[in-house]
Formats: sequence, C-alpha cells, structure tokens
Amino acid sequence: MSADRPIAIAITAMGGQGGGVLSDWIVALAEENGWFAQGTSVPGVAQRTGATIYYVELIRPQPGRTPVLSLMPVPGEVDIVIAAELMEAGRAIQRGLVTPDRTVLVASTHRSLAMVEKIASGDGTADSGPVLAAAGNEARQFFGADCQAIAEATGSVISAALFGALAASGALPFPRTAFEATIRGAGVGVNASLAAFAGGFAAAKGETVAPVAPAKPLSIPTGGGEADRARLCALLMRAKAEFSPEAAEMLTHGISRLVDYQDVAYAEEYFALVTKIAARDAGLAVEAARHIATSMAYDDVIRVADLKTRASRFNRVRGEIRAEAAQIVDTTEYMHPRLEEICATMPAGMGRMFEASAALGWVLRTLFDHPRRVRTTALSGFVPLYLIAGLKPWRRRLLRHQREVAHRDAWLGLVADARVDVALEVLKCRRLVKGYSDTHSRGAGKFDKIMAALPLVAARDDAADWVRRLRDAALADPDGKKLDGAIATIRSF
Amino acid sequence: MAERSFAREVQDLRLGAGDEFRGEGILAVTKALLQSGVGYVAGYQGAPISHLMDVLSDAQDILGELGVHFESSASEAAAASTLAASVNYPIRGAVTWKSTAGTNVASDALSNLSSSGVTGGAVIIIGEDYGEGSSIMQERTHAFAMKSQMWLLDPRPNLPSIVKAVEDAFELSEASNTPVMLELRIRACHVHGSFIAKDNQKPKFTVRQALENPVRDVNRIVLPPASFMHEQDKINKRWPAAVKFIRERGLNETFPGTHTNLGIILQGGMYNGVIRALRGLGLADVWGESQIPLHVLNVTYPLVDEDLAAFCAGKDAVLIVEEGAPDYLEQALNTILRRADIQTKIAGKDVLLMAGEYTAAVLGQGVRKFIEKYDGPLLPQPSPTRNAPDLAALAATVPPRPPSFCTGCPERPIFSAMTLVQQELGQRHIAGDIGCHLFALNEPFNIGSSTMGYGLGPSSISAMQEPGAPRAIAVMGDGGFWHNGLLNGIGNAVYNQHDGVVVLVDNFYSAATGGQDILSSRATPAGRSTNHPIEDAIKGVGAQWVRRVDRTYDVGKMLATFREALTTPAKGPKIIIASSECMLNRQRREKPLVAASIKRGERNVRPRFGVDEDVCTGDRACIRLSGCPSLSTKPSGDPLKPDPVVAIDNSCVGCGNCGEVSEAAVLCPSFYRADIVTNPSAWDRFISGIRGTVISWLQRRRDANRLAIAV
Repeated sequence: MSADRPIAIAITAMGGQGGGVLSDWIVALAEENGWFAQGTSVPGVAQRTGATIYYVELIRPQPGRTPVLSLMPVPGEVDIVIAAELMEAGRAIQRGLVTPDRTVLVASTHRSLAMVEKIASGDGTADSGPVLAAAGNEARQFFGADCQAIAEATGSVISAALFGALAASGALPFPRTAFEATIRGAGVGVNASLAAFAGGFAAAKGETVAPVAPAKPLSIPTGGGEADRARLCALLMRAKAEFSPEAAEMLTHGISRLVDYQDVAYAEEYFALVTKIAARDAGLAVEAARHIATSMAYDDVIRVADLKTRASRFNRVRGEIRAEAAQIVDTTEYMHPRLEEICATMPAGMGRMFEASAALGWVLRTLFDHPRRVRTTALSGFVPLYLIAGLKPWRRRLLRHQREVAHRDAWLGLVADARVDVALEVLKCRRLVKGYSDTHSRGAGKFDKIMAALPLVAARDDAADWVRRLRDAALADPDGKKLDGAIATIRSF
Repeated sequence: MAERSFAREVQDLRLGAGDEFRGEGILAVTKALLQSGVGYVAGYQGAPISHLMDVLSDAQDILGELGVHFESSASEAAAASTLAASVNYPIRGAVTWKSTAGTNVASDALSNLSSSGVTGGAVIIIGEDYGEGSSIMQERTHAFAMKSQMWLLDPRPNLPSIVKAVEDAFELSEASNTPVMLELRIRACHVHGSFIAKDNQKPKFTVRQALENPVRDVNRIVLPPASFMHEQDKINKRWPAAVKFIRERGLNETFPGTHTNLGIILQGGMYNGVIRALRGLGLADVWGESQIPLHVLNVTYPLVDEDLAAFCAGKDAVLIVEEGAPDYLEQALNTILRRADIQTKIAGKDVLLMAGEYTAAVLGQGVRKFIEKYDGPLLPQPSPTRNAPDLAALAATVPPRPPSFCTGCPERPIFSAMTLVQQELGQRHIAGDIGCHLFALNEPFNIGSSTMGYGLGPSSISAMQEPGAPRAIAVMGDGGFWHNGLLNGIGNAVYNQHDGVVVLVDNFYSAATGGQDILSSRATPAGRSTNHPIEDAIKGVGAQWVRRVDRTYDVGKMLATFREALTTPAKGPKIIIASSECMLNRQRREKPLVAASIKRGERNVRPRFGVDEDVCTGDRACIRLSGCPSLSTKPSGDPLKPDPVVAIDNSCVGCGNCGEVSEAAVLCPSFYRADIVTNPSAWDRFISGIRGTVISWLQRRRDANRLAIAV
C-alpha cells in the first residue's frame, strides 16, 4: 500500500464572499502545475450569506492510477484551512478542522458581524480575542491579515487577497508566479485581483503593518469669542487640576461635546453637576462625567440639523462613500418629525398649548408629521436645516429643554439620595436613554421604570447588583419584556 | 436567465471523443445525457441540480443541432409526466429535480409511469439534498424506488463513474422497461473532476418520428385490467430483466482485499468516504487499494441477491454502509443471507448512525468499531491534543450564521412592514412557504410558523379561518405560486372563501433555486413565453380583493396595504402581490451595462446609503427592522457613547430599505442617501457649483463662530 497523502484544504466562508472562486483557483493552480485536484462544496441555501465550507484535495499524480479523494474534511486531518472571516476561522477550529500538529491556518482577521451580534441592544459584538488566541494555539502556523481591507483598497475581492496570503504561507508546493499565472488565466478583473493578491501576500508575510493612530488628547480652545475661549480654557484646567487623569479625560470630552452642543455656560453648568457628585465619592466621577454629558447633549431637532449641515459632515460623507473628485454627490436625509418633536421645538408655553389642543395638533400633524426627504446639497433643503440649527441660542427656552432638565434633575436627585455603590449603577442606567422618537420613548420608558423600582431595592445590601441586573434586563430585548419580568420578581420579595 | 452565466460550461458540451471534460459532477451528467442520445430533457431547478437545467437553458443552439427537446417544467410533476413520451416510443428521455422534495411532487406521475413501464430509456437525475448544505426535510429517495419498483443507481462519486452510470441507466431502463433514478448527493453534484468525453449522439428515435407515427397500446395504460398486469409484469418480467442486466454488465463492483474474513458492502456514493475511513485506519491507500474486500452497490435497487450472497459467503462479518434511515438495505441483506442460509454476521446501523449524514468522522468511527468487533483491536487513532480552554472560549464566542436575505433584497421590506403591522394590530399566525422568504424565520424578523411545501403556504392556513378572529397570514413566492400555489393556494382559498391574507412575493424569478425564469418573469428568454402577470392569474380564478405593491422598498405603502388587508370587511382571501426584482439577479443584469455606459462617458447616478455616525445613537432599531448584510455596526469612536453605532459598508446597492424603514417606523434621522453622479453633465457641474458656493459660505460663517477644543 502506498503512503502517499493528498494535501487537504478546507475553505470556510460566508455565502456571497466568493469562496467558490478561491476553491476554483486552487484547483486550477494545482492542475496547471501537473497535480491532480478535486474540489467540492455544499453551497445550497448557504449561498445566501450563511456560513459554508469548500473542500479541496490535491495530490501529485502517478501514471495509470487515479486517486480516491475525500469529498469532505476529516477533523484533525486538514493541512490548510482558509477562513474568509475571523469568526469563520473560529468555527473551523471548533469543527476540529484546525489542529496543532498539521494545520496551516490562513485567515482574514476582519469581522463581518452576524445578525445576533448586530441586533443586540447594547454591544453584542463578539470578542475577537478568543478566536485570535485559539488561532495562535491550535494551528501549526497562523497567517492572519485583514484581507477584506486589502480587497477594498485594491477594488478587488477577498478571494484574491486570501489567495495571496495562501501563497505567502508556503503551505502549497507552488511558487508565487504560479499563483499569479492562475489569476491571469481566470481572465476576470485580472489587474485588481493581482493587486489584492500582492496585498494579501505582503500582509501574510508581515510586511505591512496597519498604522494605529494614537488617540490625541484634546487641549487648545479654538473659534468663538475671546472671552468664551478663556472660560473654556479655565474649565479644562480645572478638570485637570481637580480630577483624576481618567475622570479629567472624560470631563474634557464632555466639555467639548457641550460647548459644541450649546455654549461655554452650558459646559460650566455640566462641570458643576459633575463636581457635586464627585465630591461625594471620587469613584463616581468618570460615569457622572460620561452620562451627564450625554443627558445634557440630548438629541433634538436643532442638534440633528446642526450636524447634518456642517462642512465636516459633507466631507465625511464623500469619504465614506468613496466619491472621486470628479463625481458629484447629492445627499438626501430621511426624516420623520412627529408632532411631539415639533411642539418640543417651540417655546415652552406655546409648545404646551399646541400639545393640549386637539385642533392645533391636527393642523400641525397634517402640515408636518409625515416622512420627508430633505436634500441637504440643494439650497431648498440646506437652508431650512441651517436655520433650524441657528435656533441654538434659544434652546434653553424651548419645551424640550425644560423637560430634559426636569428629567435630569429627578435622575440626579436619585443619584444623590442613593448609597454610593447604588449611585454608580443609577448613573450608568442613563445609557438606556438614547435614540429618537419611538426608540427614545421606549428607552426612556425603561429608564423610568428602573428609577421607579429603586425604592423597592434601596434598602437591600445588594441593591447595586439589582440595579445592574435591571439594566442588563432592559438591554436584553427591545420591547422590555425581560425588564418587566425582573421588576415583577423584585415585587415578589 | 439564471443567477450566473454558463457560457463557458456550454462550450464543454461540445467536446468530442477523446477530449478531456473538466468540471462539476452535475455538468458531467449534462454532457453524458447528450452522449447517450437523449431525445428530450425536462426538470425543475433546485440545489444541487440547478446547474444541469441552467446549462441546458443556455445551450439551446447545441440542443437544436442535436434535435433534443428541452423544457423547464412547471413542477416536478410536470417533469415526471414528460417521461410519458418514452412509454410508447423508443425515445430516450431524462428529467431532473431535487429530492425528496421534488420526488414527492412527482410521485403521482412516477407511480403511473412505473406501472405503465417504458419502451425508451427513461432516466431521472435525482439531486439527493441530504446532509450538510441541505435545505429540506431529511428523507431518502430509496423509498420511492421500492414502492414503485423503479431502479435506483447510486454511482461512485467521481466523474467517470457518474458518466458511466448515466449511460448504464438508459440501457438498464430499456432492458427492463422500467424508469431508472440516478441519485447524486450534494457533494457529488458539485465535485470537480474530469473524464474523457465521447461524441454527442443525435437521438436514435426522435420526438418528431414519434409524432409522425403515433402508436397506442392499451396495455400500457394504467386502468384495469392492465394495471393488474403491470403489477405482475414488474415482479415477473421487469425485475428479473433488471437483475440480469446488472449482473451481466457488472454494474456493481467488487474490490478484493487481503482481509478475506471481512467485507464492506456500500452504496456507491459512500465509496470515497469509506476509502478515506479505511485509509485513516491504515487499511487502504489513496489510490483506492483496500485490505478489506469491498462490494460497491452502484445500483442500490434492485439488489442482486446472488452477488450479495456470494460476497458474504465464507466471511465472518460484513458491514453494510447505508446512509440515512430506515435501514432498507441492511434489512434486505439480512433476508438475503437468511434465505441463502449464510451465517455471516451483518453490521450496519449498530456501528454507524441510524439517522444523519455519514461524515468522514462517522464513517471513520463506524468502520473502526466494525473491524475491532470482528477482527481484533486496531492501533489507537492518534488524536491531536487540543486546548480545552480555547475550545470553551470559542463556544462562548463564535456566533451562529444562518443564511439570510442578500444585501438589497426586496423581500426584506415586506417583512419589515409585517413586523410593524404586528406591532400595531397584534401578533398573527403566519405561515411560511419554500423560497428565500423563508429566511424571515430567523433573526431579525422571527416571522413564520410552518412550511408545508413549495407553493403550499396559503393552503397551510386553510384550517386557520375564523371570521372575526385575528386574520392569519400566508406567504408564498412567485416560484411557489406557479409551481403549485395558483390552484392549491389561491384557487383553494377563493373556493372555500378563506378570510386570511396571502402575501405573494413576486421577485421576477424562481430566486432561491438560482434565479431561473418563470411565467411571470419580466425577462424575455428565447423560446419561452413570459410576462404573464400573477394578478391576471389570480383574478382568473376568482380572487376579488387583490392589491399590488410595485416597489416593495416603499415600507410605508407595504405597511398601509397590510393594515388594510388585516382590517377590511371584504370577504374572501385578501391577496397582496409584492413585486420588486430579486436584487442578486438585478445586479447581475445591470452591473455590466452600467460599467459599459460609464466607460463610454455617459452620465450615471448611483445611489448609496449611509449613516451619520454622530447622529446615530446606536440603539439599532433599524437593524432589527431591516437586517441588511451591509447594515452593520462599528465602534462609535466617541468616548461618551460606549455602544457601537450603525454603519453601512460599501456593499450597499442603494435599495433604500434602511432609510424607508427608519422613516416608516419613525426611528431616527441618521440615514442619508448619497446619489453619486459619475460623468456629470455641464448642467450638473454648473448647478452643483452654485449650490456648493452658497452652502460653503454659510458653513464657513457658522464654523468661524463655533467654539471648540482643538486636537
């Protein structure tokens, strides 16, 4: 019996990524170099974005004999695994396809988030750490590179970059020129594919390191009047002098947000609120700085109009969509202001009057409460938003502001009354309040439920744990069923 | 037009004697049909045999030259009925579909066909959609062969064996006057390999000859007393004829081995897996030399009793490798050896799985158990040491990734609207169907409670009709509608005055099977009649309440239509036709045209969507209502916002669903549409220049007054 052994290659990918192209290239590469190749796959419905696998075996032929090759990988007996996404590399390791004695793992380290990661209310993104650690431990050799970024930079597909990384791994007995000849032979998008191939090759060799921009600290005030700049400067210096470095950094971000949102007086107001809480216990400073800033910079119509009309935003859009200099870009905003937002943008007394009157409400609803597309690159769309953004100096008199202040004061009152450990958790609950319209109402509703439930647990030693549990329950589902269940549990004590 | 082009593959169909064919298993079958002098081919697409249909659709000229009639059948029942041409005439015919889903649909015709018996070779290419990658219920086609007494081939999964099996199948069919099924598993359909081609053969007897010389034999018709004769004929004539042919032609293969006290009997399709398992145990090599004697059943029905008895005689034990439940072959083998009074032990499902795919691991363990039980211990398998904490961490980390709707899919907004209408009016009983729309079962929609078969969505809410109770909803695709749904879905609902709602997802193709054209397709493929509106058909069977939404991405309109359907006092089924072209196919159709047009310097506007990261608050209600693959999350880059924000990547095709959803659900103003104008006209440049000047003056004015902290 012969001891000949084929090279076993498994490719794990998501449907639509082009794993079939890569498999075809490997087969063609082997055949062009006089080897016998067999590839197969189980595409089916997985072609529609699901996890799928391709399997290839290669063997040097012997005259007059035909090899009998496997149609599927044997766990523990795969020589090369190519994963077109990091979690798919993790899945390959889980399936036993990657083993330390023999497997060369070539993986793209980029993340394409699975649905369950994306729909979580908080941060559902899976941790890449365990996969990278397992890749290092479980593979004989691990070649990781962000092949998706390489593909995008070269205008090609991930298969080409992975093919380059495979060539660089040296796991196949063919020279780089042979790989490139295969790409040329396929005859589709050859130049872009070759560029991506070269990128993948270099990245897998460790020749390119993605530059990591160090986070720059915020420091010098710019713009506005001189007096305002001086007040802002003083505020920043106080933050540095009176707080721990960590809290000072968060405070600086908060101050930056609030001068941008409103004015320096608003930032001073913020600083005072944080100082008061931190005076009780310095451990509260960071979370107070974070959450009071977001609560004060509530998302209103003025803020949205301001952000949408800035020059920096126009440039960012062009960058994001990769517009070339010669291309013209028109942007259209998708907006749906409700009666609530319109009334809230009125002076408080007037807003309340409109809210209270069914007739006035009807008029407003008929006039304004429907989906609208605002073209911000045309004057007809830009100017109205620009004018709304210009309402900023009057913001403090508007109905929304009064409501936000009342809501914030009630919350900070609870923080002040709570034990320090509970206060920290109550501060963090503010994370629930975000979004616009219905989403904002839902989030604020959950937040209010937790605040209302505070007295039920306040006396307990483990009150802080309960608040944290309630917050986690609130984040667990969008409609708040888990939170209601958790509160019902507390009531049953 | 299918989702991919088969222009190159079509050329392979022209290869002549001595040329090497390289490609997929299912395409080798296509070539083998032409080499066998097939007179007509029909079928219904579906993984894993879609490519056979797609290639022949693109190969009209070759088929024309050879005089082969080809058609895309309306369903597997229609395809199976096509084989009636081989009952009275010596025409070779082949049909194909995915099994067992398709074989179920075809059963009525198959039963009649196998009762009548055939004159010309009648072959059914079965894509056995079983095991990893399958999308249907896990059953075996074997049962159909047994109940109708049709023959079942299961060749070794390499191209020369598969091609030979096609040729053998026609001859076996003619020798025994019986239709023959040729079963290929998923991996065998997609396996890349090669074989030496032969010249294509014109049919020896053509459809034209048959039409010009009609014959009639009342004994071929399934009606008493002929039907009773057929039953006898099957057992007394056709079966023995088949067995004789199989033996004489050596369709089954025996491979000798040194361990003569043992043997393995296997389905042909299991051959490579068994060799791989033996190789793992050091009992075979990669060139197929096995120390354990093998008897390979390239024909799994009927069995040849004498051959099996001869193989088993004198052995201590044999292992029967038979994938799937129940253990038909193992039971048959027990009967055969009992009748022959052979005392060889039979192992099978006791060492292998009763249910489930025979993966490499399953076969490896099963064969090891068998040999250790009857021949003594083998060397222990060296198992690589794996780090348990690593695996535990992975189990907690790696998310599941089931298939879902593609980027820009026009079906997604239908389910977004369905989610919204349920938020308004309460949860409903919703029946699913077969097709891409079934992906709504998973996150983020979680819609659909059942699936009864292709085009059976509406009839699966037949019992769920109670005037005054919350109305049930049934979903059905245009593929399912033309396959089965017009009569069993709509006709049934109209006749019985159902009260429920039927959503017809009209994406212009049989999309889930690879984008094949159907009656209501908007394309005009040569030799086919299309552009027959679903609406006309529905109204033709008497439906009264019919609404059409011509752009499903209009979530607001979809929502309003659902609301009306669920609340209208109208009697009878409420039918909504939701029409928008399958994005995968649309992209394939439009992309080359757009690229060429841009290259010529013509003006082009390409929409793309984006999310303003500083406006997005990261609550992700939009993802939960849309689920588009290009809609994902990224770190906010803002220390004040710990949760990730939503981002749209460059795979966006600009369908606009995300924006429409956020608008209809009143979510948030983060979404923007960017219209990228390539090769702008002079007017574009002029007007955008003026706008840009005014806008940037206003922006500079405000920026100058903006107090900020520099970095």
